[in-house]
Amino acid sequence: MSKQKLSRRDVLLRSGALGCSLAASPFMTPVTFASAPWENRLVVILLRGGMDGLDVVQPYAAPSFDDMRGALISSENAGQNDLDGYFSLHAGLSGLRSMWDSDDLAFAHAVSTPYRDKRSHFDGQDLLEAGSGEVSGKTGMRDGWLNRLIQLQGAGYSTRTAFAVGREDLAILSGKAPVSEWGPNTKLPLSPQAQRLLEIVYHSDPLFNETITEAIELANLMNPLEAEVAESENLMQEMADTIREESAVGGHKRLAEFTALQLKEETRIASFSLNGWDTHRGQKNGIRAPLNRLQETLITLKKELGPIWGKTAVVAMTEFGRTARLNGSSGTDHGTGGVMVLAGGAVRGRKVYSDWPGLEASQLYRDRDLMPTEDVRSYAGSVLEGLFGVKQSDIETSVFPGLDMSAVPKVIL
Amino acid sequence: MFDPETAAIRFGTGLSPRINAPSGIDAMLNGLSEPTMEEQAFPINSYSSYRPAIWNSLLAGKKMNKAVRDGDEVGQKKARKIYRKLGTALFDAGNADGVAELMRGTVTENGFKQRLVWFWADHFSAYQAVRPQKRLVSSYIEEAIRPNIGGSFYSLLTAASLHPVMLKFLDQDRSFGPNSKRAKQQENLGLNENLAREILELHTMGVDGAYSQKDVREFARLLTGYTYNHKHGARFLPAFAEPGPKYILNQSYAEDTSNEQAVLSFLKNLTLHPDTAHHIARKLVVHFVSDEPKPELVSHVSAAFLGSEGNLLKTYEALLEHPMSWKSPDQKIKRPLDLIVSSMRAMGINSPSEKWDTGPENRLFFNGPLTLMGQTFHNPPGPDGWPESTADWLHPQSIAARIQWTMTVPARLVSGRLPDPRDFAEIALGERLTNELKFAAKAAETRREGIGIILASPEFQRR
Repeated sequence: MSKQKLSRRDVLLRSGALGCSLAASPFMTPVTFASAPWENRLVVILLRGGMDGLDVVQPYAAPSFDDMRGALISSENAGQNDLDGYFSLHAGLSGLRSMWDSDDLAFAHAVSTPYRDKRSHFDGQDLLEAGSGEVSGKTGMRDGWLNRLIQLQGAGYSTRTAFAVGREDLAILSGKAPVSEWGPNTKLPLSPQAQRLLEIVYHSDPLFNETITEAIELANLMNPLEAEVAESENLMQEMADTIREESAVGGHKRLAEFTALQLKEETRIASFSLNGWDTHRGQKNGIRAPLNRLQETLITLKKELGPIWGKTAVVAMTEFGRTARLNGSSGTDHGTGGVMVLAGGAVRGRKVYSDWPGLEASQLYRDRDLMPTEDVRSYAGSVLEGLFGVKQSDIETSVFPGLDMSAVPKVIL
Repeated sequence: MFDPETAAIRFGTGLSPRINAPSGIDAMLNGLSEPTMEEQAFPINSYSSYRPAIWNSLLAGKKMNKAVRDGDEVGQKKARKIYRKLGTALFDAGNADGVAELMRGTVTENGFKQRLVWFWADHFSAYQAVRPQKRLVSSYIEEAIRPNIGGSFYSLLTAASLHPVMLKFLDQDRSFGPNSKRAKQQENLGLNENLAREILELHTMGVDGAYSQKDVREFARLLTGYTYNHKHGARFLPAFAEPGPKYILNQSYAEDTSNEQAVLSFLKNLTLHPDTAHHIARKLVVHFVSDEPKPELVSHVSAAFLGSEGNLLKTYEALLEHPMSWKSPDQKIKRPLDLIVSSMRAMGINSPSEKWDTGPENRLFFNGPLTLMGQTFHNPPGPDGWPESTADWLHPQSIAARIQWTMTVPARLVSGRLPDPRDFAEIALGERLTNELKFAAKAAETRREGIGIILASPEFQRR
């Protein structure tokens, strides 16, 4: 029963040490503990729903800002969290002030993917994750840009080099290069006989076989102590525990903790998503929860990564920005230009990068949205170049085919 | 061509020791518009029947907050008690509706009907994220979807897209004509594009359809007047409606009629649009047959939809009569909800325990595991519903959750002795039973494990 007293974190922390003894398991695929291709770390957070860049990083000194957005901001707050005399940070991200002050936080403003006009979340996210110039269904490009980045490394990576964190299939990491997919809170204590029989019945179906092999391997790796006991009561209890943990508040913090643990080991690239940005109504209240999740996620990553934070860049990007003007429900509808968040010790921080287009009606995209002046992929490309030394020509042809990143500043130290 | 086991597995809720697989396509298409035996045996309340209770619980919540502000401790206690009681009653009733839904799939004579209900419920995904309303999605489905799956697409579209739950989910209750009477009384009231965009993008033409941002905007203007609140229900309020004509897809609407009628004419025209026919046909084929649908099959179904002006029976018939729907091996992976229902069906369950409706068992057996498997009950990630592709469901962590569930819960759902895994394998898989599975059924150490392995097998997980 002593295992019940161990926290999940304790167990996880031991996983590195116990990894070798698991090689005897019939389910183990040979994991090459090859040295990772890079020393630096990259985390890509997908902000699903369309984050309102004009609310998150507010151009409070722009002449039209007050007319457009005054209803969202009470007067004493305008410019309260001033960043650089022109932009200020939403009060909901005040907890990131010290990160900004210590040069570990930056933003790219008025950026977007090449997606225009139809403003569908689903096509927008598709394009963001494919890293392509067009919706993937139309170009046939189905892999994600982080996967293409790994493919560039030839043989110099393992399945742990990149990690899709959480229960969601992440298109940004899908493709030819094998990656790991797992998250906190799943244990799978099977009896040896049940495990053997499952192996037999899954054998004929390659797709299932691959998935279940990885599931059992990762479940054992993340929670090695569980493999000793395997009664049905135990499996039921684990499921009940998982259900409880999964529904508890703070899921984003557990994702961040789990991500940090992987990055301290072999993993160099991790990705997950934070949702809830589709603020069509009552945005003043509605944006608080997702902002808080973003803020706590970044703070948790910094705390858990410890010294590795210094070698880390966190990039948070969204499928599109929102309308410059408020809609009729005190919210905003789907737009175009928006904000990308850059955090981490490896980032040239304390700066809002932008070729700022302005907010006058004639300066807006179709008299409606913030005009995008730089491709968000260029900033991602600048991160890859600075963090991993990927050649600009490789970025412009393989990772983001067709991208021209000549105008983008260097955002990594 | 048609075979009973494929009909039950691919197009229905699975094989059962109690109920025969469908005898033919006619049997599958029969009774889609009438209440069936299992619907009467396991009733689900309508959303409208819950509305007064939702309103009362909101009133109690307001009273409670007021008492807090006034520092009235006695009043606060009293209001909180009422608030909690109403909320819990709604929550429990919603859970019971959910179990009734599972049971209908478990015992139905025609699983195709239940699968169609879930297909359309997903197509018209809508829910309210706040407790207790988030548990009332079954009641929305019961009211808006189920009665309309065997009629015209137009009836289904109007019932679902203009249903209270949808109006609220996609913010139509907060959309006002910028020149309406109401907007003139108060600052900052105006259009909200959300419902207009999703009707075009998700419910009818599809994202590749021939509409533009301008059409979204004009349609949003046209939709003003349709609104909802918990006190009065769904209504058309002329005071919210944007006056004047609107130009959508090169046609003028509401020139000399109200928005109320003009919305219906526009929805009618949408159902006749070739982009809608293609979008619906493709979704049906992708859902029932393959992630990579054969263009011939999609065109065949699409032509039936278009030629019959959106007659759904004719559309399903086209899907079922085409050899391509039947001949390929099972390509789809069951969604978690289908997995749970088909497992319960294979176990021969025919009456639920009352304990499943509320409290810990509901959470442990159904709602909790569905979340772990990646399909939180009737709460998809967005208005586009659940993903279809195999890759989206074959995630290691969700497959682990499927194994966890199959190895534990089904054995707890039956009261008597568990079936012999060797017999159970025959019942659950019929012709799809492989030698490996036969061996595993025989070699399992316990009946519980044997059943768990059969239900966890790729042969059972696919359809």
